[in-house]
Amino acid sequence: MIKVEDLYFTYPNGVEALRGVSLEIKNGEFVAIMGQNGAGKTTLVKHINGLLRPTMGRVLVDDVDTTKVSVATLARKVGFVFQNADHQLFCETVEEEISFALRNFGYEQKTVNERVDWALNLLDLTEYRKVSPFMLSGGERKRVALASVLAWDPKIVILDEPTIGQDSQQKERLRQFITQLNRQAKTVIIVTHDIEFVAECQPRVVLMAGGEIVGKGEAKNILTDRELVKEASVVLPEIARVFLGLEDLGFPRDVIDVYEAGRILLGRFGGSS
Amino acid sequence: MSMFDGFKFRSVFSPIHKMDPRAKFFYVCVLFAVTVMFNQLIPLFILFLIQIPFVVIASVEREWLRSMKGSALFAIIIFVMNLLSLHFYGGYPSFAAILERSLTMTVRFIVLVESFSVFFLTTSPDMLGLALEQSRVPYELCFAFTTAVRFVPVLADEAQTIMDAQKARGLELEGGNFIKRIKNYIPILIPLIVNAIRRSLELAETMESRAWGANKKRTNLYVLKARRKDYCLILISILILVVSIYISTYVRIPSLIEFLPAQ
Amino acid sequence: MQIVEAQSLTYTYPIGTKPAFEDVTIEIEKGEFVLLTGPSGCGKTTLCRCLNGLIPHFYLGKLEGKITVAGLEVAERPIHELAQHVGLVFQNPENQLFALSVEKDVAFGLENLGVQREEIRERVDWALKTTGIYDLKDRAPYELSGGQQQRVAIASVLAMQPEIIVLDEPTSFLDPVGARQIFEVINGLNKNLGITIVLVEHRLDLTTKYANRVIVMEKGRIVLDGNPRKVFSSEEAWLIGVGLPKATRLYQLLKERGVRLKHVPLSAEEVCAAVTEVLTA
Repeated sequence: MIKVEDLYFTYPNGVEALRGVSLEIKNGEFVAIMGQNGAGKTTLVKHINGLLRPTMGRVLVDDVDTTKVSVATLARKVGFVFQNADHQLFCETVEEEISFALRNFGYEQKTVNERVDWALNLLDLTEYRKVSPFMLSGGERKRVALASVLAWDPKIVILDEPTIGQDSQQKERLRQFITQLNRQAKTVIIVTHDIEFVAECQPRVVLMAGGEIVGKGEAKNILTDRELVKEASVVLPEIARVFLGLEDLGFPRDVIDVYEAGRILLGRFGGSS
Repeated sequence: MSMFDGFKFRSVFSPIHKMDPRAKFFYVCVLFAVTVMFNQLIPLFILFLIQIPFVVIASVEREWLRSMKGSALFAIIIFVMNLLSLHFYGGYPSFAAILERSLTMTVRFIVLVESFSVFFLTTSPDMLGLALEQSRVPYELCFAFTTAVRFVPVLADEAQTIMDAQKARGLELEGGNFIKRIKNYIPILIPLIVNAIRRSLELAETMESRAWGANKKRTNLYVLKARRKDYCLILISILILVVSIYISTYVRIPSLIEFLPAQ
Repeated sequence: MQIVEAQSLTYTYPIGTKPAFEDVTIEIEKGEFVLLTGPSGCGKTTLCRCLNGLIPHFYLGKLEGKITVAGLEVAERPIHELAQHVGLVFQNPENQLFALSVEKDVAFGLENLGVQREEIRERVDWALKTTGIYDLKDRAPYELSGGQQQRVAIASVLAMQPEIIVLDEPTSFLDPVGARQIFEVINGLNKNLGITIVLVEHRLDLTTKYANRVIVMEKGRIVLDGNPRKVFSSEEAWLIGVGLPKATRLYQLLKERGVRLKHVPLSAEEVCAAVTEVLTA
């Protein structure tokens, strides 16, 4: 359970990035923190694993105040996958890369080996075990970074902009992967501005603008709220725009999924064609 | 804020900022030469005072003070080292003489820091790069210089991000003995270097795509034109140089000890 | 007039074991707005670099077949000559800006070409105004947002007045609002200035409405090439896994169940119009 209580944060250069943010994320939830670049999304999630400490207010992870423990301690519970995999990769082989965190946490060799096998398998990387991560393609490097974070099986997984530069098949795989993680009762938090991806996954959405939360709730409610979307300077999902234009014909407003849209339209057409 | 902020360019519209960097650089060089010429405290102190009006005109007092504060540590070290070495090896007549000599060395250091600080505070890297170009330094070097300056803040941010990413994987950067600490920086250095190489590859692609190397004679959007103010500064510098050479050669400069009451 | 003509073009990187793309034959006419897309690794990024000579001159490797751009044969002409006709804008805005002010960056290409100062001034101002960033001209790249930086990159290329501009996933790092602005600028260059555009993108929902032609690549080959409506409504596009605009996907879903909209829609607005038409008929 993650509790953010009236969080304020100002960077050393004077920029006030968070202004009174309060939020609760329950175990096993799938949450998307959304908003424009600069809204404070990444600043917010960096408080969850202690990389940033509150200027005012507090953040509790499983009832532990993040300022009372080190980043390394919090990291055991909170896995954070950064936007750019190349900011993490430094080992000679994929295997070593995945065992890095495990060694930092002091696992014994036998456990390390087991967990490395498990992580390689989970992300389809077994064939690259002895390959240098620098020789892999962009998408493969992202998977290595993900594997190296999941290896120690953190309860909470934070993904910062996981869809950047990914094609639609890779995004689909990511979507399925997140579903799998949720089924394992993990809490998954993604920071993203990819509206269409969120429309496909339908997580709980926390919408931010100017360092504050302007909306919290189901994806289909938040992302179809025109005033909210405008306030946060984001865009409506494509399907929401379709139903926006069909309002006058009595269609529902809160549709963001293309398959649901298809069903609704077919329902109407069935009656009139 | 560190000592280095005393050398980072601060964008302000002062008359000194607008001056030709070549003239300013000439002045700094002359000052350097003159500082080395004198071994006596009084002229060095005068040189220290001469700079202050420049600092005020350029409105960079705060940053300049910071560079002074920052160099204070080095100044103290120089002072103490001089004191000790002169005491044991110098063969100086009295303690007062040793004191004066150490003070002189220290003030010399401070004057140098002072003049370079004012120079860098009032000259943007842009102007520096341009000055280099127009001084017939090969373009590749000028380009390397300005590009490096441009990417310093970017690399600093990236280093911070990499540290965060590795800390989030359980890397402890503090604590442990010296060797362990060095080893702990490998996961920071390698991504930093690899990314720097990747970045330079992308930069090279962009440069090629913008006709790099098309013409041996590059033209320039900006041009530095020396104006009256700049020639004045050059003239003043030459004057200072000439006067200093004269004084240091022909005039006997009293040391401060002579003003003390008879021992 | 054909601005790009490629015949049986095949390229293998120096350290590659198999070609990055093979047997590519295309003709692009002046003034076209071509959308080039396909799954990761299909060869579209490599093909871009062939258009301005980075391949083969910068990347070396083996280039077979023939390609002419703006009447110049790419394999025979140096990059700096091709750069005056073909502009290339890359994915990462940060690494395309290396001067300490926006103006100087935009002037860079012209300085390299030895253009006279007065003309550099004119062209720089024009490029800045055309991309809507004239008021940023004295700013340092570090202070700019990703979207602004990318517009500087476009202005820098525009200043050289190329006939064709190629953009390789220019909005990858931008949020949807920033991306939209970039696409508007690019569209303006095409519709108002007649510059041929080749845009590599995954974000098809935002870009399809501007393009008059779509080329889809898969595993190094061109598999679809034509009018966006035809290409995106085809079964093949869906099977390849290209990120179809949701509007077009909706059209497909309806079609599968026997409901056929009059035109293949590429955007939400077109779906609305088509559906409204059917229901109010």
